Amino acid sequence: MPEAEQQTPAKLTIKDFQSDQDIRWCPGCGDYSILAQVQRVFPEFPHRREQYVAVSGIGCSSRFPYYLNLYGIHGIHGRAPAIASGVKMVNPSLDVWVSTGDGDGLSIGGNHMIHMLRRNLNIKVLLFNNQIYGLTKGQYSPTSLLGQITKSTPAGVIDFPFIPVSLALGAQATFVARAMDRDPKHLQDVVRRAESHHGAAFVEIYQNCNVFNDGAFFQFTEKETKDDHIVYLEHGKPLVFGKERQMGIRLNGFTPEAVSLKEGKYSASDLLVHDENDSTLAFILANMIHNPDLPRPMGVFLALDHPTYEEQMADQIARAKSKKGEGDLQKLLDGEENWVIK
Amino acid sequence: MSGFQIKFGSTDILTPGDTCDVLVAMNPAALVTNVEILRRGGTIIVNEDAFTEKNLRMAGLSTNPLEDHSLEKFQVHAIGITKLTTNALADMNLSTRFVDKTKNFFALGLMYWMYNRPLDQSIRFIEEKFGTKDKQVAEANLRVLRAGYNYGDTTEVFTTRFDVRPAKLAPGRYRNIMGNVATALGLVAAARKSGLQLFLGSYPITPASDILHELSRLKEFGVKTFQAEDEIAAICAAIGASYAGALAATTTSGPGLALKTEALGLAIMLELPLVVVDVQRGGPSTGLPTKTEQADLLQAVLGRNGEAPLCVLAASSPADCFLTVYEAARLAIKFMTPVICLTDGYLGNGAEPWRIPDVGELPPIPVTFAKDPVGFQPYARDPGTLARPWAIPGTPGLEHRIGGLEKQDVTGNINYEPDNHDLMIRLRARKIERIADDIPELTVEGPASGDILLVGWGSTYGSIKSAVSGLRESGHHVSQIHLRHINPFPRNLGTILSAFRTVIVPEINSGQLIKLLRAKYLVNAVGFNVVRGLPLRSEEIEDFVENHIGGTHA
Repeated sequence: MPEAEQQTPAKLTIKDFQSDQDIRWCPGCGDYSILAQVQRVFPEFPHRREQYVAVSGIGCSSRFPYYLNLYGIHGIHGRAPAIASGVKMVNPSLDVWVSTGDGDGLSIGGNHMIHMLRRNLNIKVLLFNNQIYGLTKGQYSPTSLLGQITKSTPAGVIDFPFIPVSLALGAQATFVARAMDRDPKHLQDVVRRAESHHGAAFVEIYQNCNVFNDGAFFQFTEKETKDDHIVYLEHGKPLVFGKERQMGIRLNGFTPEAVSLKEGKYSASDLLVHDENDSTLAFILANMIHNPDLPRPMGVFLALDHPTYEEQMADQIARAKSKKGEGDLQKLLDGEENWVIK
Repeated sequence: MSGFQIKFGSTDILTPGDTCDVLVAMNPAALVTNVEILRRGGTIIVNEDAFTEKNLRMAGLSTNPLEDHSLEKFQVHAIGITKLTTNALADMNLSTRFVDKTKNFFALGLMYWMYNRPLDQSIRFIEEKFGTKDKQVAEANLRVLRAGYNYGDTTEVFTTRFDVRPAKLAPGRYRNIMGNVATALGLVAAARKSGLQLFLGSYPITPASDILHELSRLKEFGVKTFQAEDEIAAICAAIGASYAGALAATTTSGPGLALKTEALGLAIMLELPLVVVDVQRGGPSTGLPTKTEQADLLQAVLGRNGEAPLCVLAASSPADCFLTVYEAARLAIKFMTPVICLTDGYLGNGAEPWRIPDVGELPPIPVTFAKDPVGFQPYARDPGTLARPWAIPGTPGLEHRIGGLEKQDVTGNINYEPDNHDLMIRLRARKIERIADDIPELTVEGPASGDILLVGWGSTYGSIKSAVSGLRESGHHVSQIHLRHINPFPRNLGTILSAFRTVIVPEINSGQLIKLLRAKYLVNAVGFNVVRGLPLRSEEIEDFVENHIGGTHA
């Protein structure tokens, strides 16, 4: 276990995670809520303040480290997962968080993202998905929807978007979740789950860019529509949704379908029961996005316990040391064959 | 066509040899490819069994060179190596394929006889390599090795035998070492002497991969090697590792260095120690991956967006890779800066005897991590080196954010003010310039002033030195300097350059060091540039200097 868990840290409060820097996000940006939820739950975690490291790339989401009063690196575009990997490998006792966006994390940095996830370094990724490039003022991103009109697609987007959750699952991530800026309590829960996960955690957060893509997720976040358009995933529980929890998701073969629980045909026992340990199910849930009649799943899609990269790295070193003894530099330089000239 | 080249002698060896005395060719293609490096009157040993019609055709020959007098200026020995090897193993009941694989040892045995060398080392090698796994393989190879030796002894084909006396080298313990291995060991030594964990982020690339291979084996030294998904991730992971307090390195070749460019700029802004090794190869683009070149010098010194100075060093021989990368680590830590260490394919894959240093005699590499939160500022500077403090995560009270955006002097906060930007650019440049105060002055090999100065850097050291000896023997007044520190230059370089009438700069590029010298010292230097993917030959340097002198006198 990391040393952090061995000691009881002094009680931290939200103030410990607020920096003196002026926040430069546009007024009304969804990023404010994400920052607030993170600042609210971080004090609950069993780490001292100096053990957190926040790493980011470039984009609105990547300003995150400046607003947390922690160790942090604001890196270069797309490379945060790689920088964070180096930090974590050298000092596994640090709690390393990456904040990124749909452009930074899935476009220019897509390669680093998938490889960091498959290696299962114990790094937490918060991917702010606003389906637009905000910092560069409104070009389409890899998650922008087909047909979306943006500054660089005046005739509409023609490339098929990524589903971040599917991408993370395909990259063999051991923890994959989705949350929303406008559902603070649920977002807090998901951040807590990511923190306690043993391994790489990927959290997609729907985030409203009120300047360049306002309302992109309103059907999932706003009071009038949200109950019919989202379903919360809870491990071991059937998938029920709707204002009066009158609807459910059942599997017809491998195909999920929405059914009414009021008509007497189906009851809760017919419904799909969520299992966070089932990666096949996780893909099915991720693909519900393709059917507009289905609600959008929110919560933890997958949580698997696999050995982490940094643990295995340390194990290999420990094994080599116990087998060969601590390396002797002079012996190494002398090599196996040498000769003396007098 | 694969082959080995070895040079040995009773004096100090400076190059693997521009021309050969003996060429062993196992087939016509090998002969055709290599005969031009054989000196006039040199010895050719061929396996005549391989000079079949088919092999001649594959080598593009219409007549058999063993019969058409085209090799008249050499001493040719056509030996039925395949037949002799087969005979030596006749009673062992081995497949033809197997027998064929052992015949190189016949040629080696014959060479041992020609040069009057004992077989012991090769016998030991064969026994260690095959003896434990497959006694038959060991036995067959040993027999063939001895058969080759005895062939020389009993036939009267060879009238001459050579006796090469041991060279007079400085006393000490020696081993053979390849440049890439020396680089790996230099990094391990620097980590040990600094008390830091060694982290290598790397992506496989010819001809640098052996450094990654070597370091990945050294887990008992606590070395952490990370084969990243690409060159960019490799350097970015190293940057993260450095931030977390490791001695971080990334190793690559030219195209990889190009990919790392943006991250190097970040490391310069973050002011974190980082060692970047570029084992140069032929360029541009994919170029000549397996060939050598010195054409990444300007990329290393200047190739970044913005004003982005960093320290650049270059190794001059395979063994020198050790001390050069060690020095790179020392400077990186002391000045909190990325340092690029240039080697090349010729150094990386070349080997030479190395006088093994005593660990206790290696220069110390002190490390001070910031600890005290009182008055801590991430970009406060040491008045001597101008280095900022190294404050690593996990240290209570020193929480701070760093990044690629321009930062305010001292505080490190984001800052866009015009005067601050100008100041920070000057500070970053001045810090690199200060390194000149920390490195030794250059020593001139030969008189400190006079007619001609040859200025080199990197792997051309041996060729230039051989050329200088030759020129001196011909009565010319020639001196030599060779640069390990290229950015910044040693502080007495300008004075040295101005003490010579003619400055000649041989490089395996189109003239890169010479641009830097002319720009900084306004010296009217002359370049000697050949870019064939091969080391410079000392003869061609000599010829160039001779012609140049002739030209200037005429």
